[in-house]
Amino acid sequence: MSLEYENDGALHAKLVEEVLSQYPDKAAKRRKKHLSVAKSGEEAGGEGEVVSECDVKSNIKSIPGVMTIRGCAYAGSKGVVWGPVKDMVHISHGPVGCGQYSWSQRRNYYVGTTGIDTFGTMQFTSDFQEKDIVFGGDKKLEQIIDEIEELFPLNNGMTVQSECPIGLIGDDTEAVSRNKAKELEKTIVPVRCEGFRGVSQSLGHHIANDSIRDWVFEKKQVEFEAGPYDVNVIGDYNIGGDAWASRILLEEIGLRVVGNWSGDATLAEIERAPKAKLNLIHCYRSMNYICRHMEEKYGIPWMEYNFFGPSQIESSLRKIAKHFGPEIEEKTEKVIAKYRPLVDAVIAKYRPRLEGNTVMLYVGGLRPRHVITAYEDLGMVIVGTGYEFAHNDDYQRTSHYVKNGTLIYDDVTGYELEKFIEGVRPNLVGSGIKEKYPVQKMGIPFRQMHSWDYSGPYHGYDGFAIFARDVDLAINNPVWDLFQAPWKKSPSRGQALAAE
Amino acid sequence: MPQSAEKILDHAPLFREPEYRQMLAEKKLNFECPHPDQIVTDQREFTKTWEYREKNLAREALVVNPAKACQPLGAVFAAAGFERTMSFVHGSQGCVAYYRSHLSRHFKEPASAVSSSMTEDAAVFGGLKNMVDGLANTYQLYDPKMIAVSTTCMAEVIGDDLHSFIENAKDENSVPRDFDVPFAHTPAFVGSHVDGYDGMVKGILEHFWKGQERSQVKGTINIIPGFDGFCVGNNRELKRLLDLIGVSYTFIQDASDQFDTPSDGEYRMYDGGTKIEDVKKALNAEATVSLQRYNTRKTLEYCEEVGQATAPFHYPLGVQATDELLMKVSAISGKEIPETIRLERGRLIDAMADSQSWLHGKKYAIYGDPDFVYAMARFIMETGGEPTHCLATNGTSAWKAELKELLGSSPYGKDAQVWAGKDLWAMRSLLFTEPVDLLIGNSHGKYLERDTGTPLIRLTFPIFDRHHHHRFALMGYQGGLRVLTAILDKIFDKLDRETSQTGVTDYSYDLTR
Repeated sequence: MSLEYENDGALHAKLVEEVLSQYPDKAAKRRKKHLSVAKSGEEAGGEGEVVSECDVKSNIKSIPGVMTIRGCAYAGSKGVVWGPVKDMVHISHGPVGCGQYSWSQRRNYYVGTTGIDTFGTMQFTSDFQEKDIVFGGDKKLEQIIDEIEELFPLNNGMTVQSECPIGLIGDDTEAVSRNKAKELEKTIVPVRCEGFRGVSQSLGHHIANDSIRDWVFEKKQVEFEAGPYDVNVIGDYNIGGDAWASRILLEEIGLRVVGNWSGDATLAEIERAPKAKLNLIHCYRSMNYICRHMEEKYGIPWMEYNFFGPSQIESSLRKIAKHFGPEIEEKTEKVIAKYRPLVDAVIAKYRPRLEGNTVMLYVGGLRPRHVITAYEDLGMVIVGTGYEFAHNDDYQRTSHYVKNGTLIYDDVTGYELEKFIEGVRPNLVGSGIKEKYPVQKMGIPFRQMHSWDYSGPYHGYDGFAIFARDVDLAINNPVWDLFQAPWKKSPSRGQALAAE
Repeated sequence: MPQSAEKILDHAPLFREPEYRQMLAEKKLNFECPHPDQIVTDQREFTKTWEYREKNLAREALVVNPAKACQPLGAVFAAAGFERTMSFVHGSQGCVAYYRSHLSRHFKEPASAVSSSMTEDAAVFGGLKNMVDGLANTYQLYDPKMIAVSTTCMAEVIGDDLHSFIENAKDENSVPRDFDVPFAHTPAFVGSHVDGYDGMVKGILEHFWKGQERSQVKGTINIIPGFDGFCVGNNRELKRLLDLIGVSYTFIQDASDQFDTPSDGEYRMYDGGTKIEDVKKALNAEATVSLQRYNTRKTLEYCEEVGQATAPFHYPLGVQATDELLMKVSAISGKEIPETIRLERGRLIDAMADSQSWLHGKKYAIYGDPDFVYAMARFIMETGGEPTHCLATNGTSAWKAELKELLGSSPYGKDAQVWAGKDLWAMRSLLFTEPVDLLIGNSHGKYLERDTGTPLIRLTFPIFDRHHHHRFALMGYQGGLRVLTAILDKIFDKLDRETSQTGVTDYSYDLTR
């Protein structure tokens, strides 16, 4: 169902030039490396599957004062990797703010009795005061762990998510965690995800992955009977229930999902992971580290997959099935056939309403590439995309998805994004909460692509139907035609452009 | 298969379908290693007891579900209330992403701020270079009239000195020498967002007032609103009242337009706010009125230092608090309160009298910022209600004493308890052991509503899960009507729900109430 099109590379190159001209020289030089226009494989000198090249520098420091959209290592660890593990208490260790702003904001759905046996939508903080900065917070941390144990005795473990001051004042959270873990016979994981480490959320993911390796794996005797079709789903945070809409498919094709990381996860699912036969990785960026470790240490292969939109779901299901052989492959074809009428009906309903609409994306881990085909399945055209915190290997993977002439922006600044959107005037922008309202003020429909704008799931076949509905309701809502007061004589933007 | 193109189910109905329920039940049983149901039930019941409450309230180190944020959020909010002002937060960049998201989620509006994006090397060598480059970039890209600098805790821990850094940046031509760059040190490990607000407003006033000659203009008033998620509705309502009285006033910090820009095709990065010229002139005002004492302690001290009279209020909401504000304004300005306002007041009283039977004796738990809780407790007592639990995570002992005095002045407050420094997990125990009829707070209170069944009325920042409430005033007599209606709606909706069972309770399902 692949859609063929080419984007206006000349316009995009001009827009890049224009935004760069507005920066002071030093900043322009640095930003230039992050902005590009995707070229076709031949022009870029690529071979094989690579249809285009997204040649940007990435995973380097943001420039001060430009309004980067990025977050920090704490956001990557507490917000993304560890936060969703539901039966553990995650202590935001430091001042009150970090935990307060990230409280319940990622929509990592879970089932449990919050405050009793699960703790996902709660904010545990050590609420550092000046005296803690001056005298250190290790004693306080010990006391906090004791108080958690007394008030929340059904917790299955704790993590200590370090905020900026912890690393600066020289606290030894590792020693506290080690001692307390021994005393309480519980898993306690110190995570050195101070916000100043690294250049974005990304290092926080890595540090969190490493803390699983160092503080969870092989720490307990794991009693578990492994089966031949056991898989872990890695890097699905169950936003709006994504992981559930994925799990149902994997189970239908005959696999057993023994662990889901980390949406709706329990500590037990993490501990047991090294016994699985295959790691299925959705968000490569945030969890490839631990997959590589499991491959090296336990010989578990890993495979990337994409459950956004029917084209990718089908090819991912077949790729996964192939790994397990004919029995699973046969079931997989049945599952694909079972959902085909749903897919056809959804596309028949929405494609005519969305065909040819243009989309610009700016998101985090996997979505700037993974969701592209889901839009294309609906006949939509991706004109620009970019990542907050990608590395080079993400852009390499993006080349397979984008078309010639696509505008590529890494660690985009508020200024650039506004100018690009103004210049391109796409029919839809998919990005985050900070971008939502400026874009809508311009009269351009918007969907949040981190939180699914409080909808979802978007993964799997069930999710695709919701995705299609949401894109349609965003673009085709009557409000966009009401922006101009009728007594203002000036022609609408569309008419003005047509007249040019 | 539960999903269909005709009737698309999203998360709320989808996961209630049998396929998903079974899948989740099996996941739990086979893979989660859950605690036995009985143990979970026992623990849940235990958390409702007085015994648990005592342990919970005895906590010394752990904070769970606090009702406060950190200083720089207040500074960023404060800066948003000045003409074409960009907030520049010196320190780690993730913090700024959080402040912007937090404000956007509440106001459903853009929230702009930049960071100096300090990383590990800056932690070692200091963030001077980040300040120098950052100010230049912000100035060039975002065309501000003023850049208001505050700090994250990272910059505070390593001890960066904003004053000298800004001077250095000016020496290096990051911004013109005469460009306004006021600043405030806003350590997250001291106080809360209300103190960050205080610091930033004071920083801006000092920047413009220091060394200037003051020549008092009699009868003129400065108004400082304080950190207020309802600034959009409140500031406009107060201006209407002040205009009716005919007072010469200046709002110092007014984010009502910044956080309520129209949708007409143009994105306004800056809108409204106190004009810089007006900030300068405000030095000459006879008096400065603070609408929220605990948001402006240092600022008011400074206003007194420069020779202004000051008058602090506690979020003037309800009858007597509004009376006092208007009378104060009238006294300073020498202008009489016009008859139209007296009639407005009468209409609020009329509404309260009409509904008094539904309000009298109702018990409330109230939480939020110190001034808001004070105001709400006072209004509740005016309606004959009893503010049983008054909680401010960022409440000080001075606040506690002041509120206790207020509560002690009324028979409706005699059983009230004041909880300074406590959090919403403590509130959960309070609601289980000493239940109330209604809970007044913000969106975070929805977890308390779910757990304890106490109906929640969202009347303070942050409100993420209801839209547009902040566009309507809470202050003044008009605001009083709005608060009154919100409370009554909650009471009637609950009563209707409880009496709606056909043939069982619906004799009480009265058409007229």
